[in-house]
Amino acid sequence: MAGATTILTKPVAGASVAIDVQRNRRSTEEHPAVKWGLIGLAVAFMLLFLIMPLVTVFFEAFRKGVGVYLAALSEPEALSAIKLTLLIAGIAVPVNLVFGVAASWAIAKFDFRGKALLITLIDLPFSVSPIVSGLIYVLVFGAQGWFGPWLQAHDMKVIFAVPGIVLATIFVTFPFIARELIPLMMAQGAEEEEAAIVLGASGWQTFWYVTLPNIKWGVLYGVILCNARAMGEFGAVSVVSGHIRGQTNTMPLHVEILYNEYQFAAAFAVASLLALLAFVTLGLKSFVEWKARAEHEILPLEAPRT
Amino acid sequence: MSIEVRNITKHFGDFVALDNVSLEFPTGELVALLGPSGCGKTTLLRIIAGMEIADAGEVHFHGEDATQRDVRERKVGFVFQHYALFRHMTVFDNIAFGLRMKPRAERPSKEAIKDKVMALLKLVQLDWLADRFPAQLSGGQRQRIALARALATEPKVLLLDEPFGALDAKVRKELRRWLRRLHDEIHVTSIFVTHDQEEALEVADRVVLMNHGRVEQLGTPAEVYDTPASPFVFGFLGHVNLFHGRAHDGWLHVGDVALEAPDQAGAANAPAVAYARPHEIELDRYSPGQQGIRVQLLRALAFGSVARLELEREDNSELIEVEIPTELYRKLALIEGESLVVRPKKMQVFLDPRAAAQAGAPTIAGST
Repeated sequence: MAGATTILTKPVAGASVAIDVQRNRRSTEEHPAVKWGLIGLAVAFMLLFLIMPLVTVFFEAFRKGVGVYLAALSEPEALSAIKLTLLIAGIAVPVNLVFGVAASWAIAKFDFRGKALLITLIDLPFSVSPIVSGLIYVLVFGAQGWFGPWLQAHDMKVIFAVPGIVLATIFVTFPFIARELIPLMMAQGAEEEEAAIVLGASGWQTFWYVTLPNIKWGVLYGVILCNARAMGEFGAVSVVSGHIRGQTNTMPLHVEILYNEYQFAAAFAVASLLALLAFVTLGLKSFVEWKARAEHEILPLEAPRT
Repeated sequence: MSIEVRNITKHFGDFVALDNVSLEFPTGELVALLGPSGCGKTTLLRIIAGMEIADAGEVHFHGEDATQRDVRERKVGFVFQHYALFRHMTVFDNIAFGLRMKPRAERPSKEAIKDKVMALLKLVQLDWLADRFPAQLSGGQRQRIALARALATEPKVLLLDEPFGALDAKVRKELRRWLRRLHDEIHVTSIFVTHDQEEALEVADRVVLMNHGRVEQLGTPAEVYDTPASPFVFGFLGHVNLFHGRAHDGWLHVGDVALEAPDQAGAANAPAVAYARPHEIELDRYSPGQQGIRVQLLRALAFGSVARLELEREDNSELIEVEIPTELYRKLALIEGESLVVRPKKMQVFLDPRAAAQAGAPTIAGST
């Protein structure tokens, strides 16, 4: 029935808009020269700054043939970089998922002291340069840092090792999911949760059956963006990783090393994987947005319609 | 199950939402909490439900202290103003929710849940909507589904927070009657919050009038309408005319007219206000020697069974509204602009609290 209603109303609304547009075209439109000039400018800009670099990445990657491309990717150091990147994202994204959902739940559904401070803190990683984020961890966990001696005494390595990279990545990517969910959950209010609790649902049941289904697309959207950033992060990771080949090199770091060693084809081959990730991310993002909007039409936030 | 609240007090920052409220709600009755917005009625309802914690005071269910009981253990049915239906669930799943959330040991079987939900859908006369989503329903349908959902767990108490507040006038009226009939059928102790006096008087067995976090009056609709306990109740329940004057020895002097006020026999030249409803005033064409307050007819709305007349007092230009049967209006053949006299047939005189306070008198002396 949902389909029926949307189909019934949508074309009608669309048709009337179309008529209005046609009627008003003369009086509200710019001169064709201005119109096409602006469109041309935008397209040229896009070509120069977005499309061309992307094309270059793939062009350079395959310049010496598919054989070289595949060899560059299957070389042990490249494989290790890919594995490490997947591992880091595999840890950072779930951690931020839990943190992000918990933080937005707390912020959107409850009132407490220090709420404004918490919201500001969540944004901190966005406002700090990634290099600084990395340095913070070096200063705290590095050999000369606060916990350095203690860590050394217990034979644990954080900086120039995988744990440091994970920590830096988590720090840099933690606003993504929370930022996505806070406005969404605030807009939805707490009435449905209250209703669930009055009906006897436990806190966990309320979250699982009422809150989560309402925010699932927002969560997915946040996860996609968070994942893209976790895999692509360069600055903070570069500071804490130590660039140990085959051990602490992530894909973005590996690209840099190869490039500095004039192995352009190999550098672009690895870079093409990251570019591919961007495409996949964009595709998924559009899909989730479309899905969320479709659901939004069936289940609008604003209820009253009598 | 009966409900009792004792000495409930609740503050939000500096704002006093409830000020030492004590009330009893007898078993099986439908009671309206009526008052203007911000009077604390919704807060009281939420405290009874357990969704809000009172600063002080007790809530008793069936004689047992339930103040410390968790919302889930209170087993009340709650209907929200904006329905609060689960938007991602079908109507069926919405109603089944309370049953499905029960601990495994208490949870009914799938078939039992289905039977129960369908029975409830029949009760609210919407069994053909089971597979729809809330957004596909009209406001009135949503509120009935919300009610069915609240009834699914067989609560002993039903609490409704402005249940018809978000609906348009026509649907409101239908639903009101429907709720009354439903209550007569299922007889569960119910409290509903409203700011609409017509709704409260029409639906409820008893009405609790609240203002500024206090209970102003408690009574049947007829009691509160016919014998309001305070000027606030008078003003809140329908239109009312005010006559300012001085009470002295059983008489109220309004301008140069004396009106009988036997309740104020003890008053000695005290400032007072008389309250009279538009239909409690009689009027006549002016002729010299006529007793009453002189007025001029500004406008007459004479259609339907009652003619509403807007009158202006000749001494102080205050407006007076009077309702007389249209038949009588026709018979009198009044013309707009004509001079008339009016006399309250029935009125209540309250000593003016502000003037009284200035004079040093401690409280209002209400007359009922």
